[in-house]
Amino acid sequence: MSARAIRRRAKSVVMTGVVAGLALLAVLPLLFIFGDLIHKGATSIDWNFFVKSPVPAGDTGGGVANAIVGTGIIVGMACLIGLPIGIGAGLFLAEYGNGRLGWLVRFVADVMNGTPSIVIGIFAWTWLVRPVGHFSAMAGGAALAMLMIPMLSRTTEEMVRLVPNSLREAALALGYPRWRTSLAVVARTALAGIVTGALVAVARIAGETAPLLFTALGNLNFSTAVNHPMQTLSLQIYVYATGPFDEWHRLAWAAALVLMGFVLLVSLAARWATRSRYETR
Amino acid sequence: MTTGTTDAHLKAKAAVHAAAPSTPALVLQHGPRNAGDRVYRTILTLLALLLPLLLVAVAAQLTVTSWPALKRFGPGFLWHSTWDPVAEVYGAAPMIFGTVVSSLLGLLIAVPLALGAAIFLTEFAPRWVRQPLGFLVELLAAVPSVVYGLWGVFVLIPFLRTVGVPPLKALFGWTPFFKGVFYGNSMLAAGVILAIMIVPYIAAVSREVLLAVPTTQREAAMGLGATRWEAVWTAVLPYGRSGIIGAVMLGLGRALGETMAVTLVIGNRHDLSASVLQPAYTMAAALANEFTEATTQMYLSALFAVGLVLFVITIAVNALARLLVWRVARGAAVGSKAL
Repeated sequence: MSARAIRRRAKSVVMTGVVAGLALLAVLPLLFIFGDLIHKGATSIDWNFFVKSPVPAGDTGGGVANAIVGTGIIVGMACLIGLPIGIGAGLFLAEYGNGRLGWLVRFVADVMNGTPSIVIGIFAWTWLVRPVGHFSAMAGGAALAMLMIPMLSRTTEEMVRLVPNSLREAALALGYPRWRTSLAVVARTALAGIVTGALVAVARIAGETAPLLFTALGNLNFSTAVNHPMQTLSLQIYVYATGPFDEWHRLAWAAALVLMGFVLLVSLAARWATRSRYETR
Repeated sequence: MTTGTTDAHLKAKAAVHAAAPSTPALVLQHGPRNAGDRVYRTILTLLALLLPLLLVAVAAQLTVTSWPALKRFGPGFLWHSTWDPVAEVYGAAPMIFGTVVSSLLGLLIAVPLALGAAIFLTEFAPRWVRQPLGFLVELLAAVPSVVYGLWGVFVLIPFLRTVGVPPLKALFGWTPFFKGVFYGNSMLAAGVILAIMIVPYIAAVSREVLLAVPTTQREAAMGLGATRWEAVWTAVLPYGRSGIIGAVMLGLGRALGETMAVTLVIGNRHDLSASVLQPAYTMAAALANEFTEATTQMYLSALFAVGLVLFVITIAVNALARLLVWRVARGAAVGSKAL
């Protein structure tokens, strides 16, 4: 082998090592973040943390029951609004989306996916908070729905497009009208994929803070009234992280661990819903 | 034989067609079926139309509310650096500067990491590494922004203060970019946290782009005697170039609009400083911090103007990025000289 060939081989091996190193470096922060979350958060988590509301500043103890319930309610409202619209728009893109309108909707969905969530937050404030005169959990749910819809419509479209055309043709040949074919055969077949898309969207909006700052606002007391301010885990972490008390910082880490655990669980469920797709790959 | 069946088939088809109008059962079936289809299509179309409508509504609302400020300060709003709610004078230059610089700083760190990860995952990694590593990268994208912020405040900043910044200062302290005392909350901290946050986006999209490059590209290069790295460098990367640029721009779009993590670590000061060790501000952070304090109409209007600028910039960056990615992922780049 000539010296040149050896040099070229060596370069190939070295560069393989370099990209492998870069890949490791890219995921290293994740390991640190998980490590810190567990190290600093786990010791503060006990039964009281889940069932008690925050105590006045300066006191020790207290929990985040209000934030856990609030996160559930606000994300639930977001799903109530976002799921039908997002999935409907996704079905449109897959079934009728080959024309100009389809291109436009697809493009807008992709562009809106990158719109800063804080901008959606101030938009929701002008339409849903300012006219009523007070902050509300409902406005927060609507803001999160606006973030959810573009994401969901694109994943739904992708999943529905995976359904083989022969299934659709078989249903049509049996005399099914198009709408029933679309709902009972095509969407039904893609259901696992659509569920995955919905779960991924839920995982993302559950951790959102910026659009809730001027809509749900946050609430240090336990509240389930949807037309009043409500706490979420993300808002609570923000308040505690910026506060001056060590006790608050301790609770912030614990709340972050709980939030991260929830997001992780939903993400894993999303993978599980379409597990067969991953196994065959 | 073949012609026979085809003929019979055609005849049967013709018979059905001829019979259809005169068969009441079929006609009846046709009417409501079409109605159902029409209703279904209309509902889906209306739901899909909500997306462009929402985008237009957001753009219109931002413009309307920010109009008083835009009218009063004109284009100078973009390059004046005074932000004084008491005197009612607003200029967004420090925030625009901070947004752009922190995002570029983030890109500077994130791009090599993300591209390295994408190249490794698609071209070199053995099968058993691909899935877990890919999953870890995806998980990075799932960490909520506020959790990154919390980690930034209590782990990253102390780390930068004790380990990261002293050598940087020793090496580059003489340049204007590393001047001044480092207290923690700074442009540098924001850049680093943004880098960590956008790595998964850039890596995921470039991975898709690289996967879309036909295997024949690699085979052809290696058939000509290229080593594996040469094949990647000369045949795979140039093919996917516009898509990779698109992926980087998607990351940029994320970084520009990132709010919570940046707000927690950047220091939130309306300053224009060349040094990355000094506190700064971003447009998103200003909105998060000052929106609830906006007591006068002009203050509110100025904040909406900041939101409008941010919105326009991110829309432009994202639209361009999408077009670039679509080029590769849809195969439009085949044969063309790909940018």
